[in-house]
Amino acid sequence: MQFFIEVLLGGLLSGVMYSFVALGFVLIYKASGVFNFAQGAMVFAAALTFVGFQEMGLPFPAALLAAFAVMVVLGIVTERVVLRPLVNQPPITLFMATIGLTYVIEGLAQGVWGANVRGLELGIEDVPVQWLMDSTGIGVSTFDLFGAGVAALLVTLLALFFQYTRIGRALRAVADDHQAALSIGIPLQTIWRIVWAVAGFVALVAGLIWGARNGVSFSLTFTALKALPVLILGGFTSIPGAIVGGLIIGSTEKLAEVYLGEYVGGGIDSWFPYVMALAFLLVRPEGLFGEKHIDRV
Amino acid sequence: MLYREAGQFKTSYAADQQIFPIRQDRIGILIILAIAFFAVPMLFSEYWLKAILIPFLIFSLAALGLNILTGYAGQLSLGSAAFMAVGAFASYNFMLRVDGMPILLAFIGGGLAAAAVGIAFGLPSLRIKGFYLAVATLAAQFFIVWLLTKVGWFSNYSSSGVITAQDMEILGYRFVTPEAKYLLVLAIVVVLALLAKNMVRSSVGRAWMAVRDMDVAAEVIGIRIMHTKLLAFAVSSFYCGVAGALYAFAYIGTVEPEGFSLDLSFKILFMIIIGGVGSISGAFLGAAFIVLLPIALDVIVQQWLAGVLPPSVSSNLQLIVFGGLIIFFLIVEPHGLARLWQIGKEKLRLWPFPH
Repeated sequence: MQFFIEVLLGGLLSGVMYSFVALGFVLIYKASGVFNFAQGAMVFAAALTFVGFQEMGLPFPAALLAAFAVMVVLGIVTERVVLRPLVNQPPITLFMATIGLTYVIEGLAQGVWGANVRGLELGIEDVPVQWLMDSTGIGVSTFDLFGAGVAALLVTLLALFFQYTRIGRALRAVADDHQAALSIGIPLQTIWRIVWAVAGFVALVAGLIWGARNGVSFSLTFTALKALPVLILGGFTSIPGAIVGGLIIGSTEKLAEVYLGEYVGGGIDSWFPYVMALAFLLVRPEGLFGEKHIDRV
Repeated sequence: MLYREAGQFKTSYAADQQIFPIRQDRIGILIILAIAFFAVPMLFSEYWLKAILIPFLIFSLAALGLNILTGYAGQLSLGSAAFMAVGAFASYNFMLRVDGMPILLAFIGGGLAAAAVGIAFGLPSLRIKGFYLAVATLAAQFFIVWLLTKVGWFSNYSSSGVITAQDMEILGYRFVTPEAKYLLVLAIVVVLALLAKNMVRSSVGRAWMAVRDMDVAAEVIGIRIMHTKLLAFAVSSFYCGVAGALYAFAYIGTVEPEGFSLDLSFKILFMIIIGGVGSISGAFLGAAFIVLLPIALDVIVQQWLAGVLPPSVSSNLQLIVFGGLIIFFLIVEPHGLARLWQIGKEKLRLWPFPH
């Protein structure tokens, strides 16, 4: 039982990390209907930029700000160069454009900062929490707890931003109905720029947490593949969905790996989340929290 | 002037319904086929046949398969490489385990196995739509590759799932030289392409397009959704499966499951987007573009920039240019290269007059 709880908690906490990346997808999809495959590359680019600035001798806050600035510029340039000429194209074309964007971002990031693996130090140790270990015998990593805390903070901030600021209201209006938002004078393109910048910020946070965990390397781009099942499980348009989906995927993935993995030869974490998400989709085709889609002829 | 169909009257239904109703198209296709069958094997070097033309044809076939599913039936799939893997491994096992199996039957068997797997993974499409379905097809991609790696039986218990394709032999003739392999692949691709062209202009193809444009409306007018969607998955996977078998037997020789990665799926998707969604010729144009582009970039970078740039920079530069060109093409011509050809035809019809 103790072991079960330990695995479950570990899974839930790693699920939080998936949620980070899924969050970036949701923000952009909600506001512009673009399925942004480049989110994984953005996570990689953000982490690499941060580490690169640190290596240049910048202190932590300055490097953070500089990396954020780079991500904002990236978002604005993307809006201007890629999205604006593709307005009104079918979603699949926009999706392919973001895959092209993935290559560009990966090439740019590695071209500027180099391709070798780096470590990223946030100053938090990856050790079990001592008092919890002593009292119940369950090992929970401090680092994972920190990640979960950051996620909670980030989601709260985003929720406040969406709920109480002028821009946030405009964002929700755009997400609701592009045409209506335009007709009451909300500048669509400005909103898209802001959304891409916010997604860049989320990518930066995700990159820092993932990078500190596994090192900053090209494999960070594969976080996008981890986030996709989370995304369809939670629904493309729901921020709470991204969090809940992450928790479900993270926990079931770890439990399946531990309890089922040995019977089928291991390595099932590459596909298990997808099959899991697929099973959920068969019951709820728009994900757990996605908008119900009504077909009209 | 050159491309004017004035004066070509159709006096029978058969003439009206033939596959290429315009005389210039018929002549054009015959010329292209003649060049492909006779001139190309004589003129091109072994390297070109082996490293460029054979993969081009194989990828065209895979793109054709995906185009049937995505372009005609409107079901976005990111798992085409996995269906290629099924085709490759199934053909290998047919050759291995059935004595005296003819190679062509093994290819068809590989295609049918892929079709069966395709139907299984197409079942969710009855309930899930759009990007949700696209992500769901990733389940096929990862699961199939994992299964082929883990279950030793599929690769005859070789280490890490690598298989070595058997020799191809038809009626005692062994296809060993690149020319022979090229002609075999070409013949298979031409037959399947003609089949596809006929399929999409028959009632089956029209049902696919109706489902693509609006599946609820299609259902209302009496098209059987389940039947139509699953048929699209089956046919598409069959094409991908045969392409995978050819990939293993005629191109690479030794393949492992990991070779059929997500990257390959994306590549095939790129081919149909760049070539033109929902067009047969688009699959060929897109495959040519995606196969040739990296090679061209390679040549350019190596010849002109070799001394100037260190290799790490030039490989990143290739990534950037590749991605940039894809975005550029999508912006300039979102309907793909096939559309450019259409526009060209309109121009040719009037040329040299302005109206």
